[in-house]
Amino acid sequence: MPVTHSESVEFSQTFEIKSGAVNLPVLKLLTSDVGKLSSQLRLKVSQAPDFFRNAPMAIDLHNLVDPNAEIDFVALVRAMRNCGLVPVGFCGGFEKHHQAAQAAGLSSLTLARQEPPQQPQATPTKPKVLPEEVHSRIVEQPVRSGQRIYVPGGDLVVMSQVSAGAEIMADGNIHVYGTLRGRALAGVQGNLDCRIFCQDLQAELVAVGGHYRISENIDDSLRGVPVQIYLQDQSLIIERI
Amino acid sequence: MARIIVVTSGKGGVGKTTTSAAISMGLALKGYRTAVIDFDVGLRNLDLIMGCERRVVYDFVNVINGEAALNQALIKDKRCDKLFILPASQTRDKDSLTSEGVGKVLGDLSKDFDYIVCDSPAGIERGAMLAMYYADDAIVVTNPEVSSVRDSDRMLGILASKSRRAERGEEPIKEYLLLTRYSPHRVKLGEMLSVEDVQDILSLHLLGVIPESKAVLNASNSGIPVILDEKSDAGQAFSDVVRRYLGEDVTHRFIELEKKSLFGRLFGG
Ligand SMILES: Nc1ncnc2c1ncn2[C@@H]1O[C@H](COP(=O)(O)OP(=O)(O)OP(=O)(O)O)[C@@H](O)[C@H]1O
Ligand SMILES: [Mg+2]
Repeated sequence: MPVTHSESVEFSQTFEIKSGAVNLPVLKLLTSDVGKLSSQLRLKVSQAPDFFRNAPMAIDLHNLVDPNAEIDFVALVRAMRNCGLVPVGFCGGFEKHHQAAQAAGLSSLTLARQEPPQQPQATPTKPKVLPEEVHSRIVEQPVRSGQRIYVPGGDLVVMSQVSAGAEIMADGNIHVYGTLRGRALAGVQGNLDCRIFCQDLQAELVAVGGHYRISENIDDSLRGVPVQIYLQDQSLIIERI
Repeated sequence: MARIIVVTSGKGGVGKTTTSAAISMGLALKGYRTAVIDFDVGLRNLDLIMGCERRVVYDFVNVINGEAALNQALIKDKRCDKLFILPASQTRDKDSLTSEGVGKVLGDLSKDFDYIVCDSPAGIERGAMLAMYYADDAIVVTNPEVSSVRDSDRMLGILASKSRRAERGEEPIKEYLLLTRYSPHRVKLGEMLSVEDVQDILSLHLLGVIPESKAVLNASNSGIPVILDEKSDAGQAFSDVVRRYLGEDVTHRFIELEKKSLFGRLFGG
């Protein structure tokens, strides 16, 4: 059959699909309190309305203070749109977040590693060091009773003390340079190779990869001295360093 | 612009109102225009300790609701004309304090005063949260016992995360520890935590130690802030606290067991 004119139009290309990288501003969500967030967001946007007008934006759930918090994505999307932003997708969070976010019309994104733009090597003698994306967090203030800190996908370093009644968690290692009196849980996603390092152990509970020990079962000789805590053959070792 | 000081604790009955009265009077005596606000809606108390309970016409909630002007509700202290008291309402319920309302009153007071002292209610409910929300400085009143220290720690966490300064990412609230009802004797008997114990747990700048003292009860019974009782240990301790707060370097007193004088030893006094 001869190719008709109309068919040739259909076959002439209207688009191409290629993989391309775009840079999006990322809204790092710290709280699930959409009400509070939206008033702060409005304030922020009002400071640079031109910059934010119709700006597509991704929602990053990695930095939630309470990683388990329920998030009202419908309200969040509405709040962002009301500020003139165009929420396009999300990354991080748990399964329940993914479902709720997708139901609110957001697509699942993966954050690219922050690699420096490829440049011609001007000084090839220099070793090429690509900084990895760092998820770790350094906390300089004391972590007080009732506070909870979780670092998804990285290490947590606390420069000060962790009070009784406080809880610190990380997917990676935990370092505490003050007195640790609260609870510390390293490798909470099940990484059994993580460790806790601490200057002065007086913890209520320590855990690595879900294996825990409570205060009562921590030997008195290990209190008040620098220790490391790790797993060996499924059992938790607390050892002086 | 006034500096806003919250006197807070978490735990109840540790000496916040006593402290608010003493410190506001102390600042006013130093010549600073000072307002002290009772945030304990429903349980007003500050006006009694300040001895102005019979002059209350309007209160904090009246001002917030627009039923009275600020200068109608402020009570000028009879002993010091730099000091003004904004009493709490005894009849309203706690929800009458709104965040915007409190912010507006503090903003208005800021124009005329050097210091605003907020006497917080106990707990971490609405009233306490509002009392600390706008603060620049926090005096965390703590008794030398474990539950009080724990509650102070909790309050410090809230100060660091839930205040206006925290929300705006500004310089954090300056936090001071005030240890009250301290008895070196009971510390020695092991019935109380020592200054060092408390410092070790809270690691906070120590503004002062107020000894357990009969003078406090006498003062509040007669409606006179204890700082005016210059002969008393508690009165002197509060004077030191005010001087330290204002930046003077004053050595801490009333921490050690006092050596009994010969007279004391002879008569067991
Ligand atoms: N240094 C002290 N020595 C002896 N008694 C004291 C001292 N400080 C406070 N008190 C007493 O403790 C009681 C509680 O004091 P105050 O009302 O100041 O505490 P508060 O923290 O304001 O209490 P609330 O949480 O109920 O508001 C009062 O009876 C007071 O006289
Ligand atoms: Mg009180």
